[in-house]
Amino acid sequence: MANPILQVENLVKRYDDVEAVRGVSFSVAEGEVFGLLGPNGAGKTSTVEILEGLRVPDGGTISVCGLDPQKDPIALKNEINATLQATSLPDKLRVIEAIRMFAGFYKRNRNVDDLLKRFGLEEKRQAFYHQLSGGQKQRLALAMALVNDPRVLFLDEPTSGLDPQVRREIYDIIEELKREKKTIVLTTHYIEEAERLCDRVAIVDHGKVIAMGTPRELKQKSEHTSRIEARFARPASNGTLKGLDGVNDAREVGGAYVLHCQKTARAIVSLVKHLEAENNELISLEISTPSLEDVFIELTGRRLRD
Amino acid sequence: MKTILTLASMRIRITLRNKAFLFFSLVMPMGFFFAFCSLLAKGIPERITFWMGPILSLTVMGTFWGLSMQLVTWREQGILRRFRLAPIAAASMIGASIVANFALILPTVILQLTLARVIYHVTNFGNLFSLLVFVLLGISCFGALGLVVASVTNTMQETQIINQLLWFALIFLSGATVPLAVMPRVVQRIGLFLPATYLVSGLQRALVYGTGIFSLWVEVISLAAWGILAFTISSLLFRWEPEAKLPRNAKLWAVSTILPFILLGIWENHNGKLLKQAANMLDERPPANAPAATTPSTNP
Repeated sequence: MANPILQVENLVKRYDDVEAVRGVSFSVAEGEVFGLLGPNGAGKTSTVEILEGLRVPDGGTISVCGLDPQKDPIALKNEINATLQATSLPDKLRVIEAIRMFAGFYKRNRNVDDLLKRFGLEEKRQAFYHQLSGGQKQRLALAMALVNDPRVLFLDEPTSGLDPQVRREIYDIIEELKREKKTIVLTTHYIEEAERLCDRVAIVDHGKVIAMGTPRELKQKSEHTSRIEARFARPASNGTLKGLDGVNDAREVGGAYVLHCQKTARAIVSLVKHLEAENNELISLEISTPSLEDVFIELTGRRLRD
Repeated sequence: MKTILTLASMRIRITLRNKAFLFFSLVMPMGFFFAFCSLLAKGIPERITFWMGPILSLTVMGTFWGLSMQLVTWREQGILRRFRLAPIAAASMIGASIVANFALILPTVILQLTLARVIYHVTNFGNLFSLLVFVLLGISCFGALGLVVASVTNTMQETQIINQLLWFALIFLSGATVPLAVMPRVVQRIGLFLPATYLVSGLQRALVYGTGIFSLWVEVISLAAWGILAFTISSLLFRWEPEAKLPRNAKLWAVSTILPFILLGIWENHNGKLLKQAANMLDERPPANAPAATTPSTNP
C-alpha cells in the first residue's frame, strides 16, 4: 500500500491470562472501507479500541494518521472519531446539547444542524437521550462521530442489536460516507454487512487475522467451489457427472443434481455437452457462488454466529 | 479551559434536571437550615449566627455525595468512555466536576445567608471574607473527596455505602450537628482527625467572632492541603471504563489523602486549642429564653 493512513503490526492485547489479540497486522488506505469480520470475542473490539487510544496494547506498533495512540492521545483523538459498543449518554441530555457539546471539544468542526438534518434527527433536536429509540440513538452516535470531520472513522458493530429495517438505514448512511471517500474501519459479525460495505475485509478469529482481501478475492481464494444445481428431463448417473471436466463432486438431492465445481465455466460447458450426447435435456440451472460465510466456515470449521 | 467550562455547564444542566441530585444540593441543605434555625437556635438571631457554621458546613460537605454518585453512574453506563473518545484529559473531566459544584452549591449558600437575614433577622455574619474563603475551600475539598470515593468504588451500591459511612462520620463527629463541645471526650478526640471539624470550626469562628482569614491559617492550610492531595490522587486513579480494574494499592492511596488531618489531629489532641475554642464559643452564646438547651439530646 502506497500511503496507508492506518498501520498495525503485530498487535497484542492480553486480559489477565487471556490473549484477546494475538499478533494482528493490517493497513488501511485513505478513502477505504476496511472491515474486521469475525465472531463475538474474536478480538475485533479490542483491536479498534487500541487504535482509538482507549486501550493500551501489550505489544506491536500502531500508526493512525501518522500518530501513536499512546504517545499522542489528544492529537490522535482530534483526527479520528468512532461509534462505540457499550456506551451511552446522560439520560437527561438533549440531542442538540449532546452534539453541540461534542463538537465543541474539537479543533475542526462540521455544522451540527447539517448533521442532524442528514441523520434524520431534526425533529428530535430537543428530545432527551433516553427518549430516543435504538435506531435514533445509533444515528445520533453516527452524527456525533462526524462532528470533527474525522480522517479515520471507526464503527464498532454499527448495526448490532438493531432490527433489519433500521439496519438497512444505517447501511445507507455508511454507503453514503463511502461515496464521500471517508476512511472507515468497521467491525462486524454480519457477513452481509462486510460484503455490502467493505472494500477489503480481514477475517478475524481467536485474536488472529486468518484471511484478508476484497470480499471477491476472499471468495475466489476459497477452495470451496461454486455450486451448480440443475434439473434434467431424465435421470443421469452421479458417477458420470462426477467425472465431467471441471466438476469435483456431484450428488442427487431431491430430484435435482448438485455439482460442486472449481471451474464453473468449464463445468457448465462439459455438462451441456454431456447432456447432448446422452440425449438428455436441461430443465433448470442455478449457480451460486460461495459467500464469505462459506469462507469463514472453511477456514475455521465453525459458523460465524454459533 | 473551554473544555472544562463546556463539561461543567453540561453537568450543571444534567444535575438540575435530576431530582435525586437536586435533593442533595438543595432540598437537604434547606431542610437542615430550617431545622437548625427554628429548633436548635429557636429563631434567636445571635444563636443562628452560631448555628450558621454547622448549617453551611453541611451544605458544603454534601457536595461529595452527588458528585461521586454521578461519576460512578456515568462510568457504569459507559458514558465516560464516550467522553474519553474525544480529546479530553482526565484532569479536565474531574476539574469540570469541581467547577460545576461551585455553581450548584453557591446559590444554596447564598439562599441560606439571605433567608437567615430576611426571615430570622440575623445581622451579624462575622467576617464575610473568611466566610467566603471557607465556603469555596469546603466546596473544592469535599468535591475532591467525592472524586476519591468515585475512584475507588466500582458500583453504585458500593458508592452509596461508602458515602453513608463518610456522611455519618462527618456530620456526627465533627460538630456539624451536635457541637463538639458537648460531645463525650472520646468523640472529641476522634473529631479532631476529621476535615469536617476544621471546616465547622473555621466557619464558626469567622461567623461568631469575625475572625480574619490569617488567624484561621491552621484550618485553611490543612483543608487546602487535603483538597490538593485528594484531587491529585483521584486524577491519578481516575477510570473511564467500567471494566477498568483498580490498581492494587489504590485504596491505600485513597485513604492516604487524610494524612494532613492525621498530623493535625495528633497535634490538636496534644494541645487542645480547638476544643477549648469550641467550648468557649458554646459558653459565650447569648442565653435563649429556655434554659441553655443546646441539642435535642439535652433538651428536657
